[in-house]
Amino acid sequence: MFAALIILPLIGSAVTWLIPFDRMRPKILSLFAFAHFGLTIRMLIVTPPESPGGWFHLDALGKIVLLSTSVLFLTCAVYSIGYLYYRRERSNRMLCVWLLVCLSAASMVTITHHLGLMWVALETTTIAMAPLIYFNRNARSIEATWKYLLICSVGVALALIGLYFLAYATIVARVEPSLLLDDLIRDAGKLSSGWVHAAFVFLLVGFGTKMGLAPLHTWKPDAYGEAPGLVGALLAGGLVNLAFLALVRVYQVCIATKEIAFFQNALVVMGLVSMVFAAIFMARQTDFKRMLAYSSVEHVGIMAVALGLGGTAIFGALFHVLANGLTKGVLFLSSGNIHRSYNSKNTDHVRGALRRLPWSGGLFMAGFIAITGSPPFAPFISEFTIISSAFIQGRMLVGAIFLIALTFIFIGMALTVLPMLMGDVPPESETTSYRDTFGTVGPPLALLLVVFLLGVWIPGPLMTLLRDGSALLEVPR
Amino acid sequence: MIALADQLLVLVLLINFVSLGTSRLIFSIRAVAVQGVILGILPGMIHPFTWHLVGITVVNITVKGFVIPFMLVRAVRSAEIKREVEPFLGYVPTLLLGAVFTALSFSFAGKLPMLQEHQNFMFVPASIATLMTGFLILTTRRKAISQVIGYLILENGIFIFGLLLAEAMPIMVEAGALLDLLVGTFVMGIVINQISREFSSLDTSRLTSLKEE
Repeated sequence: MFAALIILPLIGSAVTWLIPFDRMRPKILSLFAFAHFGLTIRMLIVTPPESPGGWFHLDALGKIVLLSTSVLFLTCAVYSIGYLYYRRERSNRMLCVWLLVCLSAASMVTITHHLGLMWVALETTTIAMAPLIYFNRNARSIEATWKYLLICSVGVALALIGLYFLAYATIVARVEPSLLLDDLIRDAGKLSSGWVHAAFVFLLVGFGTKMGLAPLHTWKPDAYGEAPGLVGALLAGGLVNLAFLALVRVYQVCIATKEIAFFQNALVVMGLVSMVFAAIFMARQTDFKRMLAYSSVEHVGIMAVALGLGGTAIFGALFHVLANGLTKGVLFLSSGNIHRSYNSKNTDHVRGALRRLPWSGGLFMAGFIAITGSPPFAPFISEFTIISSAFIQGRMLVGAIFLIALTFIFIGMALTVLPMLMGDVPPESETTSYRDTFGTVGPPLALLLVVFLLGVWIPGPLMTLLRDGSALLEVPR
Repeated sequence: MIALADQLLVLVLLINFVSLGTSRLIFSIRAVAVQGVILGILPGMIHPFTWHLVGITVVNITVKGFVIPFMLVRAVRSAEIKREVEPFLGYVPTLLLGAVFTALSFSFAGKLPMLQEHQNFMFVPASIATLMTGFLILTTRRKAISQVIGYLILENGIFIFGLLLAEAMPIMVEAGALLDLLVGTFVMGIVINQISREFSSLDTSRLTSLKEE
């Protein structure tokens, strides 16, 4: 089962590489995405037994991230059929090949309990995304790719040294040297605190860079701004969650070593800084894709704060993995459509999108309402849980900064989004061949429905999953 | 043997200073290649003989000593640049900073609890000093090639630390890490070629069209 989940996308990647027809490839991509989704659902229902040696083990936390990644990938794959029809000017071979490689590595991150292997898979997703960000092949996209590749590679390298420190701590403590999560948790009490502290710092900085927590987020606006919409969706809704899962694994070890208070405080501080940064840079943003990047900085901040708060906020953090991931999908895919239609992503040129593209414009509007945490969408539930948890725990200052940042972000985002969607289309605006079709509107619409449904009703099995996940991250008092 | 390995680390530290102090890119690439070869030999000196150790040694030396330097030299030649001009911070200040960082890493490593048999060796300080050198080059140089060199030195620093962990790191993970490094540098090489084509220079400070006002 585990092997199938990893190998299936790789086979798909080889097949798309061999196919010489640009029009066939997105369909093959969708086919494999469907198969991967089917396999994911099966693994969620019938949990496969732990692999011998304990390297692969699908727990509730892995399941949540796997589910959100698979759903988002499927949507993006189906969307690519319609989208790539408008990008016939260049070959989509590299795009489809690397997307599937990325899916394979992403699945590996979610199912492994070996931190070293998880690192390898995470670094693979970093590299596999680079050609995707460079899809447009112009000066701006190369700049974005370079920044992304360099900053994220260095970040993930720092995480590797953190893992090495952790492994050395097991050697110094004379317990069985290992980087298996379960071994580390079992022996955590004996590890020397000097090494463990150093390890946590490096791991937080490393995975924090990959996740895009401020002040390590500088690659994010460029990469998200220049990547095609569907790649942006996978970066903001997929890769971010993988890095979050990596941090959660570190968190699990932290709980067992009793050093958790230090790590929690660091997470809260970094999370709040991210939210404040996002609030500042969100205002007066004239590029709507860069605006979405800052929104992503905000939401990784929210997840970090929630993880740092602990208690009931953990439930909110895990639910936010799904809520944020899927809503980002709606926003990036519909913004890709708007970008195609106006051939610009500058809000000076893009006006009256609701009139020109009622469907994509409407989806973008709904996505904006959802991501800023308005009911009845899913992010409202998760953000509300986190805020109320902050106040219940008596962390008034944290809760207050959180709320103020959210308010400013709402205003800042509205100032960009509303002029872009409302009003009339400027007469000098470029006309392009893009029209809303079922292929480009259907997938984000389906995602939006899911985000809406999750906002009003969480199905029983999902609830159990979220509860089990939170139980794994409970800090004993 | 482990004592000899320790002495080789002095050479590694010297190479750090060489690459901090030189402006000639090809020379710098060669220096890092030598560093890679030295590091490639080290596992063979401190661990008992096994066939997979031979495999790792061969792969390490080929990748770090030959494949990556070859790719970088080709990128330099095709971009027709020879020197790193006007780094963000001059050579003398970076050398001094490098010395300070090296001293600091020795004192930092002294504070960490070590295993008895590793106590008198300088794996940990050498590792941290090399890591910091890589970081310094990454942040103070303008040319994309120099930044890749910085990244390689940083990875070398991590590799030195990895020498202490032979038992904890399964071969698959080690091979995976090496592969990621190779592919990462390869992709960086491709991007460098694209940068030189697009901007007709390898100066990353020209990459400013995305700057936030």
